[in-house]
Amino acid sequence: MGMREQIETAAARYPDRRSAIMPALLIAQQAHGHLPGPVLEEVADILGVERIWVYELATFYTLFHTEPVGRFHLQLCDNLSCMLCGAERLLAHMETVLGIGKGETTADGLFTLSTVECLGACEMAPVMQVGDHYHGNLNIARVDELLDRLRASAPRVETIAPAAAPSPGE
Amino acid sequence: MFDPVLLKNIDLPDSHLLSTYEAGGGYRALAKVLREHTPDEVIELVKQSNLRGRGGAGFPTGMKWSFVPKRADKEKYLCCNADEGEPGTFKDRIIMERDPHQLVEGLAVSGYAIGARTAYVYVRGEYVTAIRRLEQAIAEAHAKGYLGTGILGSDFDFTIHIHCGAGAYICGEETAMLESLEGKRAQPRLKPPFPAVAGLYASPTVINNVETLACVPHIVMRGSEWFRDIGPDKSPGPKLYCVSGQVRRPGLYELPMGIPLRELVEEHAGGALPGRRIKAVIPGGVSAPVIPASGLEVGMDFDSLAAAGSMLGSAGVVVIDDTTCMVKVATRIVEFFHHESCGKCTPCREGLNWAVKVMRRIEAGEGAPGDLEQLDMLCKGIFGNTFCALGDGAAMGLRAALKHFRDEFAAHVEERRCPFH
Repeated sequence: MGMREQIETAAARYPDRRSAIMPALLIAQQAHGHLPGPVLEEVADILGVERIWVYELATFYTLFHTEPVGRFHLQLCDNLSCMLCGAERLLAHMETVLGIGKGETTADGLFTLSTVECLGACEMAPVMQVGDHYHGNLNIARVDELLDRLRASAPRVETIAPAAAPSPGE
Repeated sequence: MFDPVLLKNIDLPDSHLLSTYEAGGGYRALAKVLREHTPDEVIELVKQSNLRGRGGAGFPTGMKWSFVPKRADKEKYLCCNADEGEPGTFKDRIIMERDPHQLVEGLAVSGYAIGARTAYVYVRGEYVTAIRRLEQAIAEAHAKGYLGTGILGSDFDFTIHIHCGAGAYICGEETAMLESLEGKRAQPRLKPPFPAVAGLYASPTVINNVETLACVPHIVMRGSEWFRDIGPDKSPGPKLYCVSGQVRRPGLYELPMGIPLRELVEEHAGGALPGRRIKAVIPGGVSAPVIPASGLEVGMDFDSLAAAGSMLGSAGVVVIDDTTCMVKVATRIVEFFHHESCGKCTPCREGLNWAVKVMRRIEAGEGAPGDLEQLDMLCKGIFGNTFCALGDGAAMGLRAALKHFRDEFAAHVEERRCPFH
């Protein structure tokens, strides 16, 4: 099903098409990876709603990304229970091994590192969401294993992308 | 030992499937109310049970249902708040992932009681597995005639839709959730009117938490007296407690309402980690004022915790031990509320921003004389002066930390460093 059809299916669930903006943004984000301006306009046009209504939701809710994110979005919870169970150490470790700070993406586009508020899985704190999956009871060894597994699962073309900028003249 | 009610299925193989749920007696409550009870009788039964909302506020569920106008010419809606975002809380996720039909049946019975034909379940977007399981359960229930038109040969029609949240804690506040369902930024509405009169699309609307709705089929099958006999009479029933933090056996525990916090933490969850001592416990998610170790005899129910100056909230029990700095804990909590403030009203938006700045400098050893009084003043300026409970929750939590652990705050300012570093 194309994006337009998926959005129409979602809209049929509500008596008012404005209600379908959130589901439409999720559908559009799945299709495009993130939500740049032209995609927001397309969503508004499909639903026949004011563009400002779409912009305001895309910028209010944290799960909508108006900027590109890496292929794997590492979303480490650093709320209270995860903090008490060592999330800070895991963040510092990932910043070191990935060479990026929180909110940044690796040069090869593979990883974006973020901290997020409570993921609702405190029984397995510290916990990190990557894509659709929760990874719990993390420690440094498990984080390293996870990063290796994610790297290995990425298409080859991305993993061999140069990490450093090419030298002048190349 | 307490026989689990809400969690009785979750460890069975394929616990999320209709066949498992039916084998355990599932959907008999729906059949029973459609065959034997009028909607008003179901409301009366739930009133008699003294079931109180499990989302945090503890409002009597039957009473909430009875506020819906009987002869309204408008459509009525049932909404389930599954936007579980209160830090320390994970019970609704586990119900939806591992026994979603319990929620589907609860929705159908409750929808029948209030005269709704449509329900929206607002699930937080991060809960991908829960959303898939719930979608599957709704599809299975439709195929078997537990949802749809003319359910089980009656004239009751009922449909459930899932609406995915997108990462806004404020949607736990019911009118903010309604705004979000209408496709707007999630900002709380001024009340009245209350949702029972003018809620979703200005129609009469009931909003209940996942665990609350999951209780309903059991009350139908086993009676209001059975329910009332579990725990304190005014705050009864089986209860899901989420235990996390610095504790040996974090996890979800189903026990009667009202059990002592100490029993929950020390016996069921195994107590402090080896070589450490419990310093404090937050009993109901981070909105609930912290309780020092000396206060752990308190019963885990709405009234006992309110009398002790805290609240049951979402029963997210976070254990903090003696290696942890309470200023750091309080700072992280206020940072959370600041991040999640929707920006609608000034005391919450500006007050929390200010409080975070003061607290960060205290934790960093750069606190100034008068900073603690400044925080007291900010709490006073926020509490009771906001549209919704988000600001209140932040102020109550900070006040409790300042009250019970003032010496730790003062030590940071006097020694110009964090004593735990």
